[in-house]
Amino acid sequence: MSILVDSGTRVVVQGITGGAGSFHARQCAAYGTQIVAGCTPFRGGEVFEAKGPKGEAVGVPVFDTVAEAVKKTDANTSLIFVPSLGAADAVLEALDAGCRLIVCITEHIPVTDMIRVRRALLGRSATLLGPNCPGVITPGKCKLGIMPGHIHKPGKYGVVSRSGTLTYEAVGQLTALGMGQSTCVGIGGDPVAGMDFIDVLKLFNDDPETEGVMMIGEIGGSGEEKAAEWIAKNMKKPVAGFIAGRTAPPGKRMGHAGAIISGGKGTAKEKIAAMEAAGIRVAPTPAEMGKTLQSML
Amino acid sequence: MKIHEYQGKALFARYGIAVPKGIPVFRLDDVAGAAEKLIEETKIPVVVVKAQIHAGGRGKAGGVTVVKGGPAAAKAAAEKMFGKPLVTHQTGPTGQTVRRLYIEQGLDIKRELYLALVVDRDSRRIAVMASTEGGMDIEEVADKTPEKIITEYVDPLHGLSAFQARKLAFALRVGEGSPDPKATTNQFVSIVSALARLFDKEDCSMCEINPLIVTSRGDLVALDAKIIFDDNAAPRHREWAELLDQDEEDPVELEAQAAGLSYVSLDGNIGCLVNGAGLAMATMDIIGHYGGSPANFLDVGGSATQEQVTQAFRMILSSPKVKGIFVNIFAGIAKCDVIASGIVAATAELGLKVPLVVRLEGTNVELGKKILAESGLAIQAAENMADGAQKVVAAIAK
Repeated sequence: MSILVDSGTRVVVQGITGGAGSFHARQCAAYGTQIVAGCTPFRGGEVFEAKGPKGEAVGVPVFDTVAEAVKKTDANTSLIFVPSLGAADAVLEALDAGCRLIVCITEHIPVTDMIRVRRALLGRSATLLGPNCPGVITPGKCKLGIMPGHIHKPGKYGVVSRSGTLTYEAVGQLTALGMGQSTCVGIGGDPVAGMDFIDVLKLFNDDPETEGVMMIGEIGGSGEEKAAEWIAKNMKKPVAGFIAGRTAPPGKRMGHAGAIISGGKGTAKEKIAAMEAAGIRVAPTPAEMGKTLQSML
Repeated sequence: MKIHEYQGKALFARYGIAVPKGIPVFRLDDVAGAAEKLIEETKIPVVVVKAQIHAGGRGKAGGVTVVKGGPAAAKAAAEKMFGKPLVTHQTGPTGQTVRRLYIEQGLDIKRELYLALVVDRDSRRIAVMASTEGGMDIEEVADKTPEKIITEYVDPLHGLSAFQARKLAFALRVGEGSPDPKATTNQFVSIVSALARLFDKEDCSMCEINPLIVTSRGDLVALDAKIIFDDNAAPRHREWAELLDQDEEDPVELEAQAAGLSYVSLDGNIGCLVNGAGLAMATMDIIGHYGGSPANFLDVGGSATQEQVTQAFRMILSSPKVKGIFVNIFAGIAKCDVIASGIVAATAELGLKVPLVVRLEGTNVELGKKILAESGLAIQAAENMADGAQKVVAAIAK
């Protein structure tokens, strides 16, 4: 088992004809992900050429609207690479078309746009992951995002993270230790986004094949503290953690829009203390993330 | 992106929020004239000389002077600030040089309120915060007397409703002590509503009026204006270019921004070049863990081009405070060979005078290592990020 994505995931890529969209749609297809449709307005009728895991040709039909793509191909999941000012609209379109999972890779989406998107998701059963995230991967089955597939290995450890490359670092360490992954989820670095730590942790908690979780946070907001509280009360599996930004100065935005210590809140120190109090073992350095989870087993 | 008080007030005025009359001044010689004009227009003999810098805490630091002695006194007050660094609790120890002043009419203040709109991450909404404790450091109020801050959340579908603004007004007893309590309350409601509209339309990430004053006649006036725009929305706000004050920004950070890089200057001496924000922060942390101190946060991004890497490395090489460099790359989308070529190109141009430690991992790693090896540069290769951090810290200690 796994969470969020598996071999039954049928993907429509929004923005498939763009630079990032076309590159990553091909990478995902080559990993074995079922890329069944693409969507770019005014490009409907074209066929996007990709290759499957064995090098076989895959022709992906392109549609003008997501609704049409879903209707014609039974896509159930959307992967979004639409540029920032159009990305919120793209999420709403996927929602309207009935996609059950919407993964938005796009970064730099204005926060007021994301606030409207969150409002639109209220009362709907669809799940949004991101934006400004690397996506989600169930190793060996489905890669839905921009992470390098080859560093992953199928297994029983879940990874959830606010960062992209730091997740690769953690995954690389786990794989090197022989600890494969059930699913790796990047929730993204924006202050207002879709799934948060708790949403993902709940899924890992209920997933029979996940036996432990690596949780990677960073400065800013209080998502890690809330997750720690939830873990203390509910989590049945060991959780190891890491918080990036111990040495970050206050008031400065560290790359991610959400990574900022404001008004003395959201520091790494507070987060680490909350996590340790909840029984999470926090890696002292980013080089010891894998070992820290291993030490809890 | 931050803007100055006088620019924020101009924006307030456009949305119908009352502000004092004022004149921005960029030269010391214009101060007396501006003060004279204000006194003549308002028939109020009091003016306020306010330093315009992008940092709070100006009042306590001597950046705001109330002048009762006319234009000459205004100039004398301005001379104490203009061209000099102003150190507040938000500027850091070196302060920020005052290059612009705002000369404003003086007003009688009966009460000082606080009003702000911020992005609330927990509710995923815009939060409107109001308090009777205007003029104070709001973080202190939140810390010591949180019950004195009243909050309403804006539904993005409807915008802020009038009843929410009234809830705030009555909770603050805005009309109390006013000669016309109803009019004062209604003014408050219209200011809150206008600020919510402004926040949304102008793509802010924070708007603050501290203090929002009540005059003895019962009028509400925004005595200060703090606005931060959401950088992500810049592509749909061409007008922001005119509001940017280059002098308030770190020149290196501006240069990085123009090149599509994310850069923050820090106080240490180890230059860092990393891909990805999380990994970049973690790299700073591990340098700190081994006793070193990073000179910068630098994220070249997930899909860096060779030009971007070259530009990034150029910035690190040309910084006089950098005594050693740590390149830490876990390439997923970015490619190690592209990063390596960028490093070689920048060093070919500027030379390499400090120790350089490189850790490469991920996509095209062999190709990247080959490019670095063939360049003949004195590079210390690192096995992993811990090894790299230790090596760069040790190299500097020598």
